[in-house]
Amino acid sequence: MSTITVTVNGKSYTKEVEGRTLLVHFLRDTLGLTGTHVGCDTSSCGACTIHLDGRAVKSCSMLAAQADGSILTTIEGLAPGGELHPLQVAFNDEHGLQCGFCTPGMIMTAADLLSQNPNPTEREIREGLEGNICRCTGYHNIVRAIQLAAERTAGVPA
Amino acid sequence: MNSFSYSRPDDVNAAVGEISEQTQAKFIAGGTNLLDLMKENVEHPQHLVDINHLPLGFIDELPEGGLRLGALVTNADTAYHELVQKNYPLLSMAILAGASPQLRNMATNGGNLFQRTRCYYFYDTATACNKREPGSGCGALTGYNRIHAILGTASSGNTPQCIATHPSDMCVALRALDAVVRVSGPNGDRTIPIADFHRLPGDEPERDNTIEPGELVTAIDLPAEHFNTHYTYLKLRDRASYAFALVSVAVALRLDEGGQIAEARIALGGVAHKPWRNPAAEALLTGKAADTTLFRQVAEQLLDGAQGYGNNTFKIELAKRAIVRALDMAYAGSTQAGDAYKQEDIL
Ligand SMILES: Cc1cc2nc3c(=O)[nH]c(=O)nc-3n(C[C@H](O)[C@H](O)[C@H](O)COP(=O)(O)OP(=O)(O)OC[C@H]3O[C@@H](n4cnc5c(N)ncnc54)[C@H](O)[C@@H]3O)c2cc1C
Ligand code: SF4
Ligand code: FES
Ligand code: FES
Repeated sequence: MSTITVTVNGKSYTKEVEGRTLLVHFLRDTLGLTGTHVGCDTSSCGACTIHLDGRAVKSCSMLAAQADGSILTTIEGLAPGGELHPLQVAFNDEHGLQCGFCTPGMIMTAADLLSQNPNPTEREIREGLEGNICRCTGYHNIVRAIQLAAERTAGVPA
Repeated sequence: MNSFSYSRPDDVNAAVGEISEQTQAKFIAGGTNLLDLMKENVEHPQHLVDINHLPLGFIDELPEGGLRLGALVTNADTAYHELVQKNYPLLSMAILAGASPQLRNMATNGGNLFQRTRCYYFYDTATACNKREPGSGCGALTGYNRIHAILGTASSGNTPQCIATHPSDMCVALRALDAVVRVSGPNGDRTIPIADFHRLPGDEPERDNTIEPGELVTAIDLPAEHFNTHYTYLKLRDRASYAFALVSVAVALRLDEGGQIAEARIALGGVAHKPWRNPAAEALLTGKAADTTLFRQVAEQLLDGAQGYGNNTFKIELAKRAIVRALDMAYAGSTQAGDAYKQEDIL
């Protein structure tokens, strides 16, 4: 066991974790933040994407212990106070989801993409999403939603 | 995943000391390869030494004009670093052709060197694999071997012991750039040219590289030669994104004032247990201008001795064509630099 301190969605937690606890299980089972999904467990699908110190990472391919001292944001942290993030609104407007399983990961990846590159081309969006797999939508509406969010937030710092 | 003890030292000597004291201990950096292998029960360390708190997160200019990349700098931060983009765009391009943004944000330069093969049988503990379990046989040799090696597979016996490939994109560019790996270990520090870092399987397929037990990679040095005008990284794969290379080619050319090739470096990925180069093939280009017939000769020479095992035999011709194409692109100094990798051009 080791003790870790992490800030998740603005709140600090100090918890005991077993060495082998994956970060995604810590978030879901210990903190009850089940918005972060597990689609594959082998670092492939991207459903578990969160932000670690501001950058998108796959929370199934790191140990909770590795996150000690970090600042984490999960999908729940994107809408503090309940007001939806522009990406969430755009996914709604453009029908960027069907079953919704991949959506938290898509949105967290897209949020990192837009923070690095506020005006991505369609190709840059598609390349940026290469680590996120969706078995429902065929991706087009996801790409459109991200384009729409980018247009709406153009010039507005994240 | 088996349970293990875990520690997080903050200096290099402590990390090296701990790994040498414990039995079955491993370093963990980004964890993007090691944890998958642990989940699949291919690796089962008893102790993990988390090296993320070591002060190896630097990118420093070297006095002679080279660049030192700290082992813990992420692949993303390396690929997007101003000096890497300006001076070593071949390296940026190769890194960005691999994995996905989330993985590159986590994967480290040190960890990338050590990533293990993607051979399906290596991952499947129900099958024979000499790399995972020496002496058990090679499932791929008589099985499905589309992604497997076509060069450098010989062992002392009649049949190869292992036909796995090294899956890294970054390492192919490092090989073309003649990078040098810096290591600290129980017996002090040493440097290993990238050409000698990875090894061919021979009779010891369980060994991917020449690192000794307890040694830690601290940095990777890039020499002063930049090759930032005529270069390319061409990656061919089964899907246009998010897949490992079937064949990849890193080309770095230096042209003289008359447009003749003064120096050529060509490294191949996806074809062998290590990134592959052949100095004799590169020498054919010295003093020459672009010429498709010559490029084809170079490709023939690079694939000299290549052998297919059935499903992967197509890779011999694929590699030759990829080499010609990559040489054409690099020589032309074509637009690839701004537009990392244009799949439409490739497919
Ligand atoms: C879905 C998926 C797709 C991928 N696609 C690609 C691709 O297309 N191209 C590509 O090149 N790569 C690809 N990768 C692989 C990725 O690049 C590697 O997993 C990554 O580079 C490993 O780095 P890490 O820091 O996470 O290593 P870890 O997983 O932490 O470590 C890997 C190994 O290296 C050892 N190690 C780490 N650092 C050091 C050090 N400093 N000194 C000594 N030993 C050390 C560890 O003990 C361990 O054995 C992919 C990975 C995944 C999961
Ligand atoms: S090719 Fe190598 S890694 Fe794959 S099954 Fe054979 S011995 Fe194992
Ligand atoms: S659950 Fe993490 S990538 Fe699929
Ligand atoms: S909406 Fe169902 S997996 Fe993407």
